[in-house]
Amino acid sequence: MKSILPSSVVGLILIFLAFPIIVVAAVSFSSANYLTFPPPALSLKWYRVYFGAENWLNPTWLSLWVAAAVVVLSTLLGTLAALGIARLPRPLRILVSGLILSPLIVPVIVVAIGVYYAFSRYGLVGKPIALVLAHTSLAVPFVVTSVTATLAGIDPRLEQAALSLGATPRGTFFQITLPLIQPGVIVGALFAFITSFDELIVSLFLSGQGAVTLPRRMWEDLRYAIDPTIAAVSTLTIVLTAVLLGAAHWLRKRSEQNRTLVTSSAP
Amino acid sequence: MLLVAPLVLYMIVLYALPVVTMLLRSFNDPTWSLVHYRELMDDSVFFNTLVNTLYTAFIVTLGTLVLGYPVAVALVRAKKWAPLIIVIILLPFWTSVLVRSYAWMVLLGRHGLINEALMAAGLIDRPLRILNTALAVYIGMIHILLPYMILPIANALRQIDPSLARAASGLGSPPWRTFLQVTLPLSIPGVAAGGLLVFVLSLGFYITPAMLGGPRDITLSMLIANQVDQLNWAYAACLSGVLLATALVIIAACRRLPGIGNAFKMSAR
Repeated sequence: MKSILPSSVVGLILIFLAFPIIVVAAVSFSSANYLTFPPPALSLKWYRVYFGAENWLNPTWLSLWVAAAVVVLSTLLGTLAALGIARLPRPLRILVSGLILSPLIVPVIVVAIGVYYAFSRYGLVGKPIALVLAHTSLAVPFVVTSVTATLAGIDPRLEQAALSLGATPRGTFFQITLPLIQPGVIVGALFAFITSFDELIVSLFLSGQGAVTLPRRMWEDLRYAIDPTIAAVSTLTIVLTAVLLGAAHWLRKRSEQNRTLVTSSAP
Repeated sequence: MLLVAPLVLYMIVLYALPVVTMLLRSFNDPTWSLVHYRELMDDSVFFNTLVNTLYTAFIVTLGTLVLGYPVAVALVRAKKWAPLIIVIILLPFWTSVLVRSYAWMVLLGRHGLINEALMAAGLIDRPLRILNTALAVYIGMIHILLPYMILPIANALRQIDPSLARAASGLGSPPWRTFLQVTLPLSIPGVAAGGLLVFVLSLGFYITPAMLGGPRDITLSMLIANQVDQLNWAYAACLSGVLLATALVIIAACRRLPGIGNAFKMSAR
């Protein structure tokens, strides 16, 4: 089998996947005023431009705030729903999970102009709250799937044991269930953060003039001037993404270890 | 029941109702009728855009399959290199579509890396026009959607009992024959799931074709955004209805294929 799949072919495809991201990072450290690769000399001047420009920093703060609010809202609603879905009767469960997961397949443009159509009637366009409300719908499926996956791996006997030993349902939830699903909740929250922080299409319609997010600002920049500032911004968002992904991975690993600890210590 | 209620209420009021109300504009503007859909029938702009959207989705699905299958095989087989391969697949996966499309602008532009490298090597005299063509759109979208193909295929490959391939080669089957007659057929559920996922997601693409494509590379999503800008709500709603219906019909048609049940769980990354 090895003979029919040369590793050089796989190597080339992996380079195809990784290369664009490496190039963006390299261009961001360029001293040239235009996009050129390899850079003539290394410099941090595009990072200095970014950190010195209000019209870059303000959208960054807005995006961070919106994403943080989306995390709170979607994690709360999503975690509760994930706990409830498993207990619904089957036909209702299919209907409810269809509704909750549908943003994964409905084209984002359809959602974007739908909420734009509705929100503009209430004067919400151009307000950050509109972005929070719309991004939450898009982020919720990630929270629900992440928490549901963690729930499925939990031994139901742990909850039964707590209840039979006299714990109240409330106490069982906070002392047994919640700690066990915590990694799934945090991973869902991280995914919700990235979903909102990177979201562009909904923001194109809802940002207006008053709530310009970072992706929206980058999009406008790309239409007029292509200087390496945007490469610096891109590199910073890639680093942020990598850090969050690393955190998610670490949490998953840790929860798997915890789970094996719990099951192996059971008689 | 009580636990699900807040989210269900939220999704109905802030997501489903807005989308449905908007879609209704295609039926009731100004009075209840199918006139807007009938007008679509002889609308050549719509027709060309629909064909271009479907064709692009098809090319991208094919491209991700050809490039994704070998990577999935390598990922399942790799031991020492598996973590590196996973990182190379997942980091671009989670990098925003905007940033990745921008990266391809840098690479494919007139003075981009590809042109500079080809000119330096003496292979071409003048820069090739790649950016702002359909080819650039295909390259960018294949790059963005490749992980959606790799992960379901790798999943299917992982579930194949390794003793089957061993038995085949033990009975004297050459590696290529073992692959064609044992591994490939057993991995079809993964291919079906990945293909459906990539095709359906391709249909809704907006940012990448807008950034990398030329004036003729319009997708349905771009046409919809354009119509909303011109406040042609009835027409935009009509196009949205067609886009959504196309995606749903394709999913429904593929529902009975093996492996599809898991496809949209995968899309939750």
